Amino acid sequence: MTPNEYDYLRGYLKQQSGLVLTAEKQYLIESRLLPVARKAGLASISALVAKMKEPGQSRICEAVVEAMTTNESFFFRDKTPFEHFVDTMLPKMLEARARERRLRIWCAAASTGQEPYSLAMCLKEAEAKLAGWRIEIIGTDLSNEVLDKARAGVYSQFEVQRGLPINHLLKYFTQNGDTWQISSTLRSMVQYRKLNLLENFSTLGQFDIVFCRNVLIYFDNPTKVDILGRISKMMPADGFLVLGAAETVVGLTDAFKPMTEKRGLYQLGGAAAAATPPRGLATGTLGTTAPTGAAGALRPAIAPRLSVVRP
Amino acid sequence: MKNCLVVDDSSVIRKVARRILEDLSFEIAEAEDGMKALEACRKGMPEAILLDWNMPVMDGLEFLAQLRREPGGEKPKVVFCTTENDVAHIAKAMRAGADEYIMKPFDREIVEAKFAEVGLI
Repeated sequence: MTPNEYDYLRGYLKQQSGLVLTAEKQYLIESRLLPVARKAGLASISALVAKMKEPGQSRICEAVVEAMTTNESFFFRDKTPFEHFVDTMLPKMLEARARERRLRIWCAAASTGQEPYSLAMCLKEAEAKLAGWRIEIIGTDLSNEVLDKARAGVYSQFEVQRGLPINHLLKYFTQNGDTWQISSTLRSMVQYRKLNLLENFSTLGQFDIVFCRNVLIYFDNPTKVDILGRISKMMPADGFLVLGAAETVVGLTDAFKPMTEKRGLYQLGGAAAAATPPRGLATGTLGTTAPTGAAGALRPAIAPRLSVVRP
Repeated sequence: MKNCLVVDDSSVIRKVARRILEDLSFEIAEAEDGMKALEACRKGMPEAILLDWNMPVMDGLEFLAQLRREPGGEKPKVVFCTTENDVAHIAKAMRAGADEYIMKPFDREIVEAKFAEVGLI
């Protein structure tokens, strides 16, 4: 791959997905795109780049974006956000939405479904308090391939052992040979849609809780500010935003403010909060209109697999 | 530093588990079957036990049943680590008093996640 080809790929990925690759990430492009090239019958990444530049190659271009933005995820990743969900967000929302009994949650980088299903499991564990509530979980992502996997809810033995307590595996999954499928009840609690965070997502409606973890790290600062600003407009004043452990709004925007002693948890701040009433008082749409744009979010960062031990 | 007893009849598995757990700041002791593990526990209860199922002399399930009847035997967090990967075996282990369950093959991430799940990390 020549420097020119690398620059072309960097520019293309930035334009299509917002993914910002620094100069030293050439290895990442090679490891991710060589399989895409081979699958297309091409001998090298140089040949792949040449193909991308030909007219009518949208499928191969899409495969390149998907390959570069698809990363591993796992159940209850980082644990703390789910503890915040159960201990802080849910109790506050149960109180604040007691009259309407409705809650909308958005997983903006749903990947293969582990995050939205982890939230669904939290909700099932709390179902005694949620009788009569209508709770929607919307999972969005850039890649059709990962969304198909999320919808199927079928995971390998490795995947169900990363962060998922064994009692949850027994309770919510069915074994089928070497794979485990999440129960139809939990699958029915989550709706998946393809969505690109670079595009307009306001038609998704308002959300009380937004999980947008480990995706902003891939964007440059102006893009982060833009996305955070647009998310803030989709939330009521008492809504919650959850970012990844390596992400923050501090120094970027005052649309959100970090919650004291709740790492990774944010609420609308300053002008954004003043301009947005709590949802019960909002006049805007609460609807579930399908997104008009194609595309989606990036996925959580790579979790490197280390030594694999066979018996 | 917490201590962990690694119980497995495979010296390779014990070696790999030791490496992973030492990286996670555990002090490691080893036993190659349930009987030897029980003897080790009677001398001093570890905080954690990584336990294989199929072993000669005394298997993991029998060891767990006996351990939980020993004075102080309720204290160690027991994480099964076995090729028995079906629902029936997992349920049986949990009923017998296991705290978590790893299905082989495993890697560092899985061990770390399971130990964190039971509060050992």
